[in-house]
Amino acid sequence: MLQLAGKRLVQMALIMLTVSLLLFLAFEADKYSLAGKVLGQYASQDQRLQWLEQNGYNAPFVQRYVTWVFNAARGDFGESVQFATPVSKLLKDHLLNTAVLGGLVFTITVSIALVLGVLSGIAEGSPRDRGITVLAVITTSVPEFASATILVAIFVFWLDILPGTSPFSNGLTWADANQLVLPVMVLVIYNFGYYTRMTRASMAEVMTSQYVRTAILKGLPYKRVILRHGLRNALIAPFTVMILQLNYLLSGVIVTEVFFSYKGFGKLLYEAALFGDIFVIEACAMVAVFIAVFSQFVSDIGYTLLNPRIRFS
Amino acid sequence: MTDTTAEQTDTPDTATGFARFLAALGLLRESWVGMIGLFLVSFWVLIAVFVDLLPLQDPLAQTRGVINFPMLTEDKNGVMHWMGTDDRGRDLLARLLHGSRVVLFWSTLATIVAYSVGMIMGVTAGYRGGWWDEIISFIGNVLLSFPQIVLLLVILTAFGPNSDIGVWMKSELGLGKTLVSGALIVVAITFSTAPQVARIVRGIVLDLKTRDYIAAAEVRGEGPLWIMLVELLPNARGPLIVDACLRLGYVIITIALLGFLSLGLPPPDPDWGKMISDGRQWGYNGLNMMLWPAIAISSLVLGLNLLADGLREISLRD
Repeated sequence: MLQLAGKRLVQMALIMLTVSLLLFLAFEADKYSLAGKVLGQYASQDQRLQWLEQNGYNAPFVQRYVTWVFNAARGDFGESVQFATPVSKLLKDHLLNTAVLGGLVFTITVSIALVLGVLSGIAEGSPRDRGITVLAVITTSVPEFASATILVAIFVFWLDILPGTSPFSNGLTWADANQLVLPVMVLVIYNFGYYTRMTRASMAEVMTSQYVRTAILKGLPYKRVILRHGLRNALIAPFTVMILQLNYLLSGVIVTEVFFSYKGFGKLLYEAALFGDIFVIEACAMVAVFIAVFSQFVSDIGYTLLNPRIRFS
Repeated sequence: MTDTTAEQTDTPDTATGFARFLAALGLLRESWVGMIGLFLVSFWVLIAVFVDLLPLQDPLAQTRGVINFPMLTEDKNGVMHWMGTDDRGRDLLARLLHGSRVVLFWSTLATIVAYSVGMIMGVTAGYRGGWWDEIISFIGNVLLSFPQIVLLLVILTAFGPNSDIGVWMKSELGLGKTLVSGALIVVAITFSTAPQVARIVRGIVLDLKTRDYIAAAEVRGEGPLWIMLVELLPNARGPLIVDACLRLGYVIITIALLGFLSLGLPPPDPDWGKMISDGRQWGYNGLNMMLWPAIAISSLVLGLNLLADGLREISLRD
């Protein structure tokens, strides 16, 4: 177990290091172009050279990279060009907002997916199963920005009961909680289909297993068989997949945040990309990759802990 | 998608391959979900191919005084705008239908390129094993550790149409704006999609390579390249066709999404994603402009997903 965790940690560190090198190569290999991006395209040659000198960019490439990695590891990504504030402070505020949105979406999606997946998986091939599967395919086919458009048309312009943007100008307060409804709805609709199909597949497999057949044959109440024998074992695979999916969820969160002007991590990254705010892009990409790699680590370890067959073999 | 797999794998029996494809379509009749999918996909493909023959307005022509018209309105020249007009007075129906050609062309191209790269990566990693596998899988893991949109944003910011490379392609190679943007988008999508394809192909190849006919080919003295391209890939095509349908759907979403994020193809050519983001700035008046492309993208992707579902269903049956 510890050996596995150690091996995974080393892989994780290796991936993070490679990603950091790629990002550094992509954005900071050409220091003159970097100076132009930071100072603006109308900066004179003298100003650029002076900036490079002052900020230690005349050091050899390897030295610059190592310094950058050490600073990044301590959470120091430099200063945002667009906002003239430390990147770490921007990241902290925006990540918190995204955590609220993402956490809500994840909880609701998983709850819906578990119920639908179990209902569909215990009766494989039934009209109910077919119906749920088709519903899952349909909702997964509507990309976030399209479903957001349709939902805005219904709830904002037609019924007029929800706000169409979620800027949270007064911070995240209960009074403005209705601004969260549409972004959460958009993300849940797009994501629950995949989770449902995972749960369904796993549940259907468990229901054909011998121990479930035995439990039914020895006369246990059906409900008890489903909840005690079926569900517990069926949840192992979806659990790990759902955590792995955090990566995909984050992609969707970025789009939804842009659509609803929600001040989160995704909007920060998107605006930095449009503006050319190099240090913010680097920081956001590193954080995103860290979340992805770390969730993969948790998923791997969790799978081993939950599945006794792996532990003892 | 069958055509492309057949081309790349250089199957000697293209005719029977096509006949088998037709037979699969015949089987598809038994799955009503698959039939609906086939209908939706064929609808958009036919529109994209024959859009020039339809009696439509010019999708780029801007008419004065008909900005953000609702649907079914006639302008003062007596021209009927079935879906209304956009914020520059262009006919929405014409833009929507011409947009299908743009999105289908670039997404098919991107899928073919990503699939080719992914299949080569996957079959090499799976068949060669050892260091080949270690290195290819590591590259894949690094690329897949980015959330897809983050990877696309990073690539298109560092190497997009406005970066040094994009500018160089435009000025030195003399390529058009659309071509440069399109090519860079195809490259970016290849980076994010090929590792996923490679992972699937690798898994299938690991299973296939223990089969007798591979051993027979090795005993015959066939080179690794022959075995990978002629023996392994054609036999892996079943699950890959289903996956390609789904993958094409994701790529369509991605391309429309890049348009929505203003990182896609340059104006004025109609782009469904860009139409949505343009309409968004107009609030209620732009609603018309946003809804049609949203429905169009959803129906096309839904068609591909239902088709993949139907194909999987009939492939599981036998």
